[in-house]
Amino acid sequence: MKLTSLWLSGFAVMPFAAHAQVEISWWHAMTGANAEVVEKIAGDFNASQSDYVVKPVFKGTYPETLNAGIAAFRAGQAPDIMQVFDVGTGVMMGAGGAIVPVGKVLTDGGFTFDKSQYLPGIVGYYSTPEGEMLSFPYNSSSPILYYNKDIFEKAGLDVDAPPQTWAEVWAAARKIKESGAATCGYTSTWLTWIHTENFAAWNNVSWATNENGLAGTPELKIDGPLFVKHFQEIADLAKEGVFVYGGRTSEAKQNFTSGECGILTESSGGLGDVVKSGINYGIGKLPYDETAEGAPQNTTPGGASLWVMAGKSDEVYKGVATFFNYLSQTEVQQFLHEQSGYLPVTMAAYEATKASGFYEQNPGRETPLLQMSGKAPTENSKGVRAPNLPQLRDIQNEEYEKMLAGQQTAEEALKNAVTRGNAAIREAVGG
Amino acid sequence: MRRTVFPHKFLPWLLLAPQLLVTLIFFYWPAGQAFRQSMLKEDPFGLSSTFVGLANFRRVLSDPGYLNALQVTVVFSLLVAFIPMAIALFLAVQAEKITRGKGLYRTLMIWPYAVATAIAGMLWLFMFNPSFGTLAWPLKQLGINWNPLLNPNHAMILVVAAATWKQISYNFLFFVAGLQAIPHSLLEAAAIDGASRRHAFWTIVFPLLAPTTFFLLVVNTVYALFDTFGIIHAVTGGGPGKATETLVYKVYNDGFVNLNMGDSAAQSVILMLIVIALTAVQFRYIERRVHYG
Repeated sequence: MKLTSLWLSGFAVMPFAAHAQVEISWWHAMTGANAEVVEKIAGDFNASQSDYVVKPVFKGTYPETLNAGIAAFRAGQAPDIMQVFDVGTGVMMGAGGAIVPVGKVLTDGGFTFDKSQYLPGIVGYYSTPEGEMLSFPYNSSSPILYYNKDIFEKAGLDVDAPPQTWAEVWAAARKIKESGAATCGYTSTWLTWIHTENFAAWNNVSWATNENGLAGTPELKIDGPLFVKHFQEIADLAKEGVFVYGGRTSEAKQNFTSGECGILTESSGGLGDVVKSGINYGIGKLPYDETAEGAPQNTTPGGASLWVMAGKSDEVYKGVATFFNYLSQTEVQQFLHEQSGYLPVTMAAYEATKASGFYEQNPGRETPLLQMSGKAPTENSKGVRAPNLPQLRDIQNEEYEKMLAGQQTAEEALKNAVTRGNAAIREAVGG
Repeated sequence: MRRTVFPHKFLPWLLLAPQLLVTLIFFYWPAGQAFRQSMLKEDPFGLSSTFVGLANFRRVLSDPGYLNALQVTVVFSLLVAFIPMAIALFLAVQAEKITRGKGLYRTLMIWPYAVATAIAGMLWLFMFNPSFGTLAWPLKQLGINWNPLLNPNHAMILVVAAATWKQISYNFLFFVAGLQAIPHSLLEAAAIDGASRRHAFWTIVFPLLAPTTFFLLVVNTVYALFDTFGIIHAVTGGGPGKATETLVYKVYNDGFVNLNMGDSAAQSVILMLIVIALTAVQFRYIERRVHYG
């Protein structure tokens, strides 16, 4: 009897509770320390108001999360908010009917969306050419240079002067190897993102036509002379054993944190693991090619952004808008930036972090921001976009691996990557 | 042959229903979906889809990458179908000879089977990572420039080794059972006739194991074609270049990484036909030579 009445009262209360609080699902791909940041932000938001409950759900790696979202959309079960990595941006932008632009969600929700408050380099990448913000930049990063100070010292290099240009990196790397300070001079994660896409932006050369694909269907230009020169240099270093290849994504980080390699280029988001390894590290800007005109220009953002899926109720959109508004708040952005190593998306958060003295205590944390916002971006440096960027990167990785194995020259590798890549783009746009 | 007549009409169907239902839901339905998808050109979100007939198949079959995957699959599958069998048979015969601690050896041999495919892949990846692998170091000391990250042959050796290691247990288990079923009297008779152990093995034991060997051949082929996905995904990701991209891996990569559903579905349909053909051939031509005792 008692149980029954409890049951009944439970049922009586539940619809009321469900009505009072709108649930917002957020699928993400964050692990480790970054996952804790997600939980904390969602928890704090839920505690800050009583109308909406944001429920973060971990869905695996970036590609897995994207696939899960796509499969769910096809089954009519899409989440409200979905975290999509930079590479998937083109895919999402092509899915007009599946998403709602974040700019629209914010204004419809009664919030003013002032673009000037956001870091232009980041927001520009997630906007249409007309300037409408399509997704909310949640975690952005940029590639930087890490170096092992102990190895530098052993090799007789200046510990306080990280190499600025690629020529200096090659020289330092050779010295590290020859002096026996380490078995490997230089390694890099993401040859596609760092040495192809960011290399183009940072040295102000074109990655592809149509403003690197931002203004229309791109045609790859990565077989240009500067790319050929750069990759041939890497191939030569690989042959000498000075450059060690770690893998297609961030595997090479281990070659650096284990003390095998003296210099590493990696995402600023990889800082946490470098710190955790306990090595005596230093940070420098991403090196540039001194023969390139106007270099260094600016680097482009990697990381991920939050997309709002279509077909939800007005209440949900209002909740999403409230949540994004909360996310843009200075304290939240500052917390995100300092905890995760990702970049703040608003100017105010950047200024506040600066004022707090965080950068004096953590030199190097400002480097990616300085790289990204040093100069007004040109049409070569706003980022790259293609309907099938993951596939293009796959193709490039395959050709680079064959080059590093000595099966082909840099010129052949890049020519193949362009031919195969352009064919894949034509196929993807249905031409 | 006597024809059995069941008195009930519905009971057999009722008893079969669960199995039929499982087959319908988990095989025929997805297979039908794959057929449908293979004739469509669709964006990843399924917002627009056009019927393109056999265009996807034509493109897949004219793609040099697909022919490469086919070659890789043939090499990989042959190695993974036969090497575990050979090693397992050798080990099973040796384990039979032992008089003390037989159970312990057998248990140890069967253990790797309990390891999940992806974890097995990670184990081998870590042991043979050119930078920090415990077993890569001695290889380098021997003067071998071991680098599965860039050397296609090394990568192939590594995935074959991992897939083989994982499958030896299963093969071992069946060979041990098969060996125990062979009547001792036959071997004793051979010994009395003066046959050497080697001779007795090839003329008596091996032929009598034929049903087991045939069964394992079918199982290993299916394993090599499908279940090794986790190992390849964890160890090489199909690289370097496309050196270890098998047909199944390409289905996954084109569908779920490159989001090209049509091509991916067409490939899985082709793969299904290949497996049906392969199994039919195995049963039609090889099974005829198997003696079931």
